[in-house]
Amino acid sequence: MIHMRLKLKYSGFALDVDLQLPGRGVTALYGHSGSGKTTCLRCIAGLERAEQGFIQVNDEIWQDSDQQVFVPPHKRALGYVFQEASLFPHLSVLANLEFGLKRIPKQQRRVDMTHATELLGIGHLLDRHPQHLSGGERQRVGIARALLTSPKLLLMDEPLAALDSQRKGEILPYLQRLHDELDIPVLYVSHSQDEVARLADHIVLLSNGKALASGPIGETLARLDLPLALGDDAGVVIEGHVSAYDPDYQLLTLQLPGTALSIRVTHTPMDTGQALRCKVQARDVSLSLHGVEQSSILNRLPVTVISEMGADNAAHVLIRLDAAGTPLLARITRYSRDQLSVHPGQQLWAQIKAVAVLA
Amino acid sequence: MPLSSADFSAIWLTLKLASLTTVILLIIGTPIALWLSRTRSWLRGPVGAIVALPLVLPPTVIGFYLLLALGPNGYIGQLTQSLGLGTLTFSFAGLVIGSVLYSMPFVVQPLQNAFSAIGTRPLEVAATLRANPWDTFFSVILPLARPGFITAAILGFAHTVGEFGVVLMIGGNIPDKTRVVSVQIYDHVEAMEYAQAHWLAGAMLVFSFAVLLALYSSRKTKAGWS
Amino acid sequence: MTLRASRFAPTCLASLIAAFAFSSAQADEVQVAVAANFTAPIQAIATEFEKDTGHKLVTSFGATGQFYTQIKNGAPFEVFLSADDTTPKKLETEGDTVKGSRFTYAIGTLALWSAKEGYVDAKGKVLSDTRYQHLSIANPKTAPYGLAATQVLAKLGLTDKVKAKIVEGQNITQAYQFVSTGNAELGFVALSQIYKDGKVTGGSAWIVPAQMHDPIKQDAVILNKGKDNPAAKALVDYLKGPKAAAVIKSYGYQL
Repeated sequence: MIHMRLKLKYSGFALDVDLQLPGRGVTALYGHSGSGKTTCLRCIAGLERAEQGFIQVNDEIWQDSDQQVFVPPHKRALGYVFQEASLFPHLSVLANLEFGLKRIPKQQRRVDMTHATELLGIGHLLDRHPQHLSGGERQRVGIARALLTSPKLLLMDEPLAALDSQRKGEILPYLQRLHDELDIPVLYVSHSQDEVARLADHIVLLSNGKALASGPIGETLARLDLPLALGDDAGVVIEGHVSAYDPDYQLLTLQLPGTALSIRVTHTPMDTGQALRCKVQARDVSLSLHGVEQSSILNRLPVTVISEMGADNAAHVLIRLDAAGTPLLARITRYSRDQLSVHPGQQLWAQIKAVAVLA
Repeated sequence: MPLSSADFSAIWLTLKLASLTTVILLIIGTPIALWLSRTRSWLRGPVGAIVALPLVLPPTVIGFYLLLALGPNGYIGQLTQSLGLGTLTFSFAGLVIGSVLYSMPFVVQPLQNAFSAIGTRPLEVAATLRANPWDTFFSVILPLARPGFITAAILGFAHTVGEFGVVLMIGGNIPDKTRVVSVQIYDHVEAMEYAQAHWLAGAMLVFSFAVLLALYSSRKTKAGWS
Repeated sequence: MTLRASRFAPTCLASLIAAFAFSSAQADEVQVAVAANFTAPIQAIATEFEKDTGHKLVTSFGATGQFYTQIKNGAPFEVFLSADDTTPKKLETEGDTVKGSRFTYAIGTLALWSAKEGYVDAKGKVLSDTRYQHLSIANPKTAPYGLAATQVLAKLGLTDKVKAKIVEGQNITQAYQFVSTGNAELGFVALSQIYKDGKVTGGSAWIVPAQMHDPIKQDAVILNKGKDNPAAKALVDYLKGPKAAAVIKSYGYQL
């Protein structure tokens, strides 16, 4: 568990958060610029010092202002990946990687050089110097460098923000592998819903220095009372596992958690049992009173209406649905809502026009 | 050889003085420059201005006040006397003190600029990679500030070699102790020994040029922070 | 310009020119290079000189050797009051002076002085005591007072004994400075630097008898640049006169 109570004030900005975060998996700190997410991260790292702060990571207390305890950053077992890789220009890639590794005693090393370079695909870059690497390569080296300190917590400050979409696309798979293969909890700061959707297990929504929400990714993204739900890309993240694959039609069947319900999506072959995460956007979900059998739309789920909220424009509304435990969002016109007299508790059918597989 | 043994003594003394002054300034100048480059205290302005004073004060002013301060009625003189060291005027040690004060901005400012140019990011990175402040200084700050150190050392050395006004005020022109090259040249001119003056001055000119040439040719374009 | 003003313009201009001519006929300036040891006396003489003749002195003080170099290289000095007699002689031989203008304006007296009261006895025995750390003298190569000091030390047989204690000032002023700030416990200075109205102004001193060293004859000369300046001639005449003599003597010089 990560306990975090921080109070901090600059001119024009005040941070005030009290959070309990899971000690495992990836937690995203999400919000617009100026929301305080980077400040939070830097406080946890000890690079900034909250006037009133309590930081406990699993069983280590890193700050307790009431007891005058403040562990300096170099004594905290963390790894930090900065927005611009910030590799040391006077050292080769290998020397950069070894920098942190050298400084932890042998018995504490759990990540070794081969493992890290293979995980981030940088084995062929070791002799080069940072100025001869591309932005994406530098960032991967920066991530590996942080991992090689065998941290108990990995902090990542918008690691993809400084990259163009092609580079982002290159690195995301590496980050997803990190998530799958390493046991290190990650705090991931981002203002990109797409990144968060792909990587996070838990999300904290920050706005103006305050935490508006903190919860598991699927559930939180589906909440209508949060600004998350506004905007064109409102949607839900569904984590299921592969229950079948039809090689003829290249159709993958994804079983929703805790239920026999499933959705199908075209995809490259995958083994059954594999975990899969996908995003379903509200604008791709339509509702009908009766299930439409003969339709090109692959996915029809029986759902219960939970609640309703205004969408990003006056003509539409967002409906929160429940598909046997999996939340869904649908964006429909007010006209349709009135036509179908959509109301909480109602049983309807949801047609999902598109499913975006995230991993 | 047109240079007399007195001239050679003066050259050797000057080189000793410049080397010792440079080493001392690098040692005490580094923490001062580090502090000036990182502090946000209000003292930054005043301290920076005091360090820069020798840039604008005539050396004879510095020398004159040193003469008073090192003498038996001055602060430093009273301190050294109570320590049993007598007064430091007319001594090599006194010249070292004068040179350190006179050349300080020439060492501190290049260092300060080099440290500022590094910025805070590398230091934060080093901390997240388990380096404590001393470790960070030696493994990150020093290597990245290397060009600044070289500039500071060369400027400090060359500036001390050229020092005249301060030495004139507190030196007493004692052979092998305080008779440095600049004073020796002055003496030759005063005594109308122009040929010797020309030779000695020529030697210093060649030396200074060589030093500056080395400095300006060896400057590599600094690699950017990536 | 308006018609009215333009009528007055020529008259104004003429008056201005007349005023300048008038003033230059009456009161000239003379640029004088003065040996450092004569600083105080020349300042006293200058006030009287200006009152009596209306001419103004523009003085520069410094080392004789330095003045020589500057004069040779075209410095604007018109009269030169040297600390020795060899330098004016040299300038004369080299044709930089007005022939026949050279004369001895003062004979310097050497004094052994300490800023501390009662440190130097009236006979200068303190020299041989050698309890002191630093003995200040002017550079003997370039300053006649420094040369005289070494002659006195030789006469007393102390040359080797005090060799290690000697500190040299670049000129007699600096030799004085070392002693007045206490950095040198005692030193050989010009009597004129510590003497006024017939007595030593502070500290303690031994007035060195003239026979212990070669006479410090201080010569003055009119330089080529001052050839046609009436103020230059006036100054030289004044220095030879009784008023100047009184001032000079009061500062401890001989004549």
